Amino acid sequence: MSKENVRLSPPLLWGILLPVMVLLLSACSTAAPVLRGTGDLGVLIERADGRVKIVDTSARAVLAQVEGLGDLSHASVVFSRDARYAYVFGRDGGLSKVDLLTARIVRRVMQAGNAIGGAISQDGRIVVAQNYTPGGIKAFDAETLELVADVPASYGSDGQRSKVVGLADLPGNRFVYSLFDADEIRVTDLSDPAHPTTQRFPAGHQPYDALVTPDGRYYIAGLFGEDGLAMLDLWRPQQGVRKILAGYGKGDAPLPVYKMPHLRGWAIAGGRAYLPAIGRHEVLVVDTTSWQEVGRIAVKSQPVFVMARPDGREVWVNFAFPENGWVQVIDTLSQNVVDTLQPGRAILHMEFAPRGEVVWLSSRDDNRVFIYDTASHKPVHSFAAASPSGIFFTSRAARTGF
Amino acid sequence: MKPPALLMHVLVLVGLTLMSVLASATPPLAAERERVLVHMVRQDCGSCHGLTLAGGLGPALTPAALADKPVEGLVATVMDGRPGTPMPPFRGILSELEAHWIIHQLMHGFPADRGLALQGAER
Repeated sequence: MSKENVRLSPPLLWGILLPVMVLLLSACSTAAPVLRGTGDLGVLIERADGRVKIVDTSARAVLAQVEGLGDLSHASVVFSRDARYAYVFGRDGGLSKVDLLTARIVRRVMQAGNAIGGAISQDGRIVVAQNYTPGGIKAFDAETLELVADVPASYGSDGQRSKVVGLADLPGNRFVYSLFDADEIRVTDLSDPAHPTTQRFPAGHQPYDALVTPDGRYYIAGLFGEDGLAMLDLWRPQQGVRKILAGYGKGDAPLPVYKMPHLRGWAIAGGRAYLPAIGRHEVLVVDTTSWQEVGRIAVKSQPVFVMARPDGREVWVNFAFPENGWVQVIDTLSQNVVDTLQPGRAILHMEFAPRGEVVWLSSRDDNRVFIYDTASHKPVHSFAAASPSGIFFTSRAARTGF
Repeated sequence: MKPPALLMHVLVLVGLTLMSVLASATPPLAAERERVLVHMVRQDCGSCHGLTLAGGLGPALTPAALADKPVEGLVATVMDGRPGTPMPPFRGILSELEAHWIIHQLMHGFPADRGLALQGAER
């Protein structure tokens, strides 16, 4: 046997060596994992560009960008319970699962024609989208985004379907939501996704958004078509929907509404709920034991987000077009507006750091995110972002109703 | 009684100007105002009608969706809203002329948003 037979010829040798080297080098430059947690991460929506920024709330820095998420007007985000993945719900019906650590889209489905947000189940296994077209909810396997249940929001006798709003997760892998066109609240049990069961409750005229209290007990839907809110006690659903704050407008014609308010569990602070009045320059205050009105706070314009700081000591409020450059701060002890801020043009969204020492504000028309210290009410940092809207921190992963 | 000739001339002139403005495909607006209106429609109307105007809580405002709708009715909806629905009146925010301009743009494919001009030096 000659040695020539076992020696590899140089071209062949290089043909094997080069790809291996390239593979190793590229692995070093792109995928070498930096060990880190996700508890201080978040997602910022750049709505006009179909892109999100992944942000670090400790470093107050942008870590990465993810493109290709479709129409992100009114986009919203929920997190997997390990807070590694963000599920991004786009207006165009796109549902994308984004890995916060690798900044990649790991799954993406087009699940509807027109969608408005979503929720994740108590056990973290099911992601549910709420849709305008076709009206209804759809449930997906959180791992694979495979469709596991399709529950149309049908009503009436000729198969109409309502737009769905105000979706929230409940204990027991149930989901509660409202039907804008059908004046109903529905609770769908997805504990056996192959056989969903749905309970229906008359809600009042045109529910536009809703919240569930942090304990998962009370569901409150804001009504566009009447003065008042619809409340359902989910521990005693047989009692049906009760109206709260009925007639809060005292019969006066509401002002034109240029942006619907948003309701979430953040409205609850210190045994009270702080709710945006629709068509009025007021925040309504309700006792969460008696559900009686205990006050109303005059504010600069029509409130959109009324958000309690995580400790409940303050409530921050932003406003509808065309007064959307203002932010006001309410002191929850005195029930007074204690500060009026003008952080930037078109403040679309606010998100508190998990324990509330700062709040991030997106200024759509200045293309910036401003970070305010919540003790001094002064800006401490800002960074550029293109038409920023929703800001979502991973601390939402552990909260019911987020 | 015959009205004075000068008054008739003025009336005819004003009438013709108004007609030509209303009938004209694109009533003239200042470029900066057009930019503000495009931004407003895309972003703020877009919060209900979608950034791409393909619809949301409010209906689609694409050329196809508006094709068979009378212009005057659409202008009236913008100016006075639609009672019983979330569509608010924009009277006080928009002039009649601006509403006409917006409807015309919507029916012919709405321009892309270039954002608002920067404000101040430090922003």
